[in-house]
Amino acid sequence: MNTLAAAWAWLTSAAHWSGPAGVWHRLGEHLYLTVVCLALSCAVALPVALVLGHLGRGGALAVNISNAGRAVPTFAVLVLLLLTPVGGYGDGPTIIALVLFAIPPLLTNAYVGMRGVDPEVVRAARGMGMTGRQLLWRVEAPLALPLILTGVRIAAVQLVATATLAALIGGGGLGRIITAGFNLADTPQVVAGAVLVAVFALLVEAVFEAVRKFGPRWVRGGAG
Amino acid sequence: MTAPPDDCLARNEWICGAYLSSRRTILWDAVLEHLRLTFSAVLLSLLIAVPLALAARRWRWAGAPVLAVTTILYTIPSLAMFSLLLPLYGLSASLVVAGLVLYSLTLLVRNILAGLRAVPEDTRQAARGMGYGPVRLLLAVELPLALPASLAGLRIATVSAVSLVTIGAIVGYGGLGNLIYEGMNTFFKAQVLTASVLCVLIAVVADLLLLGLQRLLTPWTRAARA
Repeated sequence: MNTLAAAWAWLTSAAHWSGPAGVWHRLGEHLYLTVVCLALSCAVALPVALVLGHLGRGGALAVNISNAGRAVPTFAVLVLLLLTPVGGYGDGPTIIALVLFAIPPLLTNAYVGMRGVDPEVVRAARGMGMTGRQLLWRVEAPLALPLILTGVRIAAVQLVATATLAALIGGGGLGRIITAGFNLADTPQVVAGAVLVAVFALLVEAVFEAVRKFGPRWVRGGAG
Repeated sequence: MTAPPDDCLARNEWICGAYLSSRRTILWDAVLEHLRLTFSAVLLSLLIAVPLALAARRWRWAGAPVLAVTTILYTIPSLAMFSLLLPLYGLSASLVVAGLVLYSLTLLVRNILAGLRAVPEDTRQAARGMGYGPVRLLLAVELPLALPASLAGLRIATVSAVSLVTIGAIVGYGGLGNLIYEGMNTFFKAQVLTASVLCVLIAVVADLLLLGLQRLLTPWTRAARA
């Protein structure tokens, strides 16, 4: 278990945490990519899912898009984008790929959430004279919120994982520590980088889990 | 020195017939490696997942930890997973297979468990009333009824594995991923696009084959829907 001791030594040496290739800087890049792309993909996917769910149309699209997302390798998309003109714009390929892979879980979960609203409740709301817009905002969207948030959680975890792969095409983020370790044939550094990435991903998952468990009742859903 | 030929390879075009014909063996080898890695990973994880799911159902206390551990494994990004296994396996194909097994495990265990738990208690009691022992109950009643959910999990696991194999390129065992990696470093557009398309094709064909298997093995699910 020499490697583990060496990886621990790598992690606890202050020199590896500072500077432009240091852990703090890479963590900042990773967080930035994750947050920006999560916001972008929510802005794209959620309105579409809410409207489609409200109208009850495009169900096949919502389901098939997540199957397609699984079949297309992230790495291939990253490299393909890198070789297109987009590749000339720094983080461009990474951001586009991240958004593309975050959209399916958001779309599918929000759509399923909207369709899962009790039809009795919808009918009652219509009976009260609510317009379509009121129905969407005051009834369906709030009731679908727990599933929408599940989608956001899956998308966030997926983003953390995809942002790691950005290192393979020379992008930033914690993945760079791993790829640099591979290039140097430095196994302890590879393991140290992997531990950092894994801990970061688990922390993101834990934050969402905490929100779900301890958040206000309307976040947890009626059954919580 | 002769002038370089003016074909799609020289112009570095995305779609290139000359690439397909001149690199046929390389492509074929990559596809075969891709299939080998995927198949061994999915098969191994199936062999591990079935007993795990059975144990998780048999002993209530085992259920939560099994699900928790597999969920944690699934959360770890693929590049990190392969890297964490590096001290154990070195730069080898086993590393890629081991990483894929850990991913597929979550999907399989969850789905098999869901399938087993969905077997109606009445059905179980009816089988017991007909004199079925626990082993026969499991093999002849519970496992067949859990098949649709299990096969759904198997399809997702297989498709995910096909796409994750490409990350194995980081250790030199990525099937078509190797070609993508190499194509990236040399800006070889035709190679990257061809390998990517083949990868998606493998995923789609594998998914359709498993769908066919599902229809074959569980004819009653179709009859019920019709």
